Amino acid sequence: MKILVPLKRVADPDNANKVKVNGGKLETTGLEWKPNPFDEYAVETALRLTENGTNPKARQGEVVVVTFGPKDTETTLRAALATGADRAIRVDAADDALDGDLVARALKALVEKEKPDLVLLGKQAVDGDSNQVGQLLAEYLGWPQATFAGSIQSEDDKSLVVGREVDGGTLKVRVTLPAVVSVDLRIVAPNSVRGKHTPPTHAYADGVRFAALMAIMAAKKKPLAEVKLADLASDTALKIKYTGFELPPARKAGIKVKAVSELVDKLKNEAKVV
Amino acid sequence: MPDFFDVSRHLSPEERAIQKEVRAFVDARVIPVVGEHFEKGTFPLELIPQIAQLGLLGCNLHGYGCAGLSEVGYGLAMQELERGDSGIRSFASVQGSLVMYPIHAFGSDAQKERYLPKMAKGEIIGCFGLTEPDHGSNPSGMRTVAIEDGDSYVITGTKRWITNGNLAQVALVWAKVGGPNGEVRGFLVPTDAKGFEARLIHKKVSLRASVTSELILEEVRVPKDAVLPGVRGMKGPLSCLTQARYGIAWGVIGAMHACYDSALDYAKNRVQFAGKPIAAHQLVQAKFAEMMTQITSAQLMALEVARLKNEGKLRPQHVSMIKRNNVRAALEIARTCRDILGGNGITLEYPVMRHMCNLETVYTYEGTHDIHTLILGQDATGIAAFE
Ligand SMILES: Cc1cc2nc3c(=O)[nH]c(=O)nc-3n(C[C@H](O)[C@H](O)[C@H](O)COP(=O)(O)OP(=O)(O)OC[C@H]3O[C@@H](n4cnc5c(N)ncnc54)[C@H](O)[C@@H]3O)c2cc1C
Repeated sequence: MKILVPLKRVADPDNANKVKVNGGKLETTGLEWKPNPFDEYAVETALRLTENGTNPKARQGEVVVVTFGPKDTETTLRAALATGADRAIRVDAADDALDGDLVARALKALVEKEKPDLVLLGKQAVDGDSNQVGQLLAEYLGWPQATFAGSIQSEDDKSLVVGREVDGGTLKVRVTLPAVVSVDLRIVAPNSVRGKHTPPTHAYADGVRFAALMAIMAAKKKPLAEVKLADLASDTALKIKYTGFELPPARKAGIKVKAVSELVDKLKNEAKVV
Repeated sequence: MPDFFDVSRHLSPEERAIQKEVRAFVDARVIPVVGEHFEKGTFPLELIPQIAQLGLLGCNLHGYGCAGLSEVGYGLAMQELERGDSGIRSFASVQGSLVMYPIHAFGSDAQKERYLPKMAKGEIIGCFGLTEPDHGSNPSGMRTVAIEDGDSYVITGTKRWITNGNLAQVALVWAKVGGPNGEVRGFLVPTDAKGFEARLIHKKVSLRASVTSELILEEVRVPKDAVLPGVRGMKGPLSCLTQARYGIAWGVIGAMHACYDSALDYAKNRVQFAGKPIAAHQLVQAKFAEMMTQITSAQLMALEVARLKNEGKLRPQHVSMIKRNNVRAALEIARTCRDILGGNGITLEYPVMRHMCNLETVYTYEGTHDIHTLILGQDATGIAAFE
């Protein structure tokens, strides 16, 4: 099975206190970047679907990762190559010249060139939380889609049974390949992904795998191609405009109450919660 | 941790990726369990296959399934491991620098084939037996002897303070050939050999998440090809120590990192007097200013010595300087951070006192602080003052 995994780097949420807004614009200089966690889950899922589990070296299929952004986003791609992806593509674009719709349209063109059996992506990026690219892409391609996958079972690599967590249970849908699937957190649980070659008894370590140091060194020799955004999308105008950014208001200091009666009074009359 | 001079700009993309990966590993797998192991006085055995899979064992060696990292990459890996715990880093230092390195540098092809791939995979664990009960700072006075007998050597002696001793399948034992005035050679002794016994050392208050043992060798017979053919005399063990000390000098920056971050976070949130956090008081700020300076100088020294090592210009005295300087700085920082945390600082809820206790060992092993003082003193004056 050939799988295309679009990846996005996001400002490290652990460094949220470094985020600065300047004149209604987000300042990205000095921020540390990391791969969007849901996209890392998608890479892990793709690797699990294309290997036999007990022998991670015996890969059956191909995992191609793609990102949109300036040259330094190649770090994100190299990290995915180090964990096991076979090849990478960077679509050259400035960070602020992209929106979900443009990415989806460019991905459509890329999918038509690469002809993967499956596009696997994170359900959303944790920066903008838009949750759009997967759905738009499926629509533009006219492919079936399954979003928020918490489990995936391959049926001979011809169709997938995707478990989607919904209120009060799991909804199972069968999608015929080629398809677009977006993944949720639970997809990286030990038994969530069953590839065609995964032995039924095999359990993965919980979470995404760590790249071996040797693989990090070897990743710089794996193929990484650069594509121009304009070659994939003739219309690069953005449909989404960010009109301003604001930091959440700083938390105010709490107060100390002197007696339980005062606490009850405040809960009743100020907070109005009891 | 402060990177005040932005020294990370000197790192290659791969070195950055290595640091990130080992950091994520230590956050996910080491830090959540190591405090409890420290408290119980046990080594986290379950981490061995994971550490091996990551490629951390012998990671600056080339071939035989080793990762072949740059010297900076190796240093960063040790740094991140020691941010978890000095005991875990010690495990990796002994395996990589004290056993795999000498086999790689001085071993026969058969020894390399037999040991290195399995040691990189963590399937064979090694220990390094140099120190003896009566010969610590002066290992050349060792009493362990290897007597030739037909096609074998018969080794007798006692080694003490041996990291990984009870975990190991192979012990690299340094012994004098023929008798107390003989030449020092290294022997690869299987720990299941007749006459070999490893006894755990208990009641440690430092490096508790690490196995420390006494090795007793009573007429242990090994074949002639158990000797490391490529090195004779004290140069053998000392060249291993240069490798390991280099890793330690980087490693302790990780311990500084853990302590500094913990204390800074605490100081910003702990409020005493006038509703101000303790970080707003001048005496506390002076501590951070000093620690930041010491961390920065440790980073710069480690990086410069890495460059000397890469250029083949490294002298053992260079390593003595960074071992001495960086470990002392780390220990002082750990003590200062312990102080900043007040009463909370003495618990295992915070990593600080655990690091502080560990660093007492690091200050002593691999050449005590003062032995390195004497090495540097000799380098400066040309006069040896050991005796
Ligand atoms: C937890 C732990 C793990 C260890 N792991 C290993 C291991 O894996 N393999 C191994 O071989 N060894 C290991 N060691 C041993 C370690 O290297 C020795 O403890 C160290 O070399 C010091 O030797 P000593 O303890 O005999 O102290 P001593 O040599 O007796 O030193 C005691 C004090 O005297 C000072 N001193 C000694 N000589 C002089 C001098 N000439 N002038 C001035 N001051 C002097 C020292 O600086 C020190 O302050 C380990 C030690 C510990 C604690």
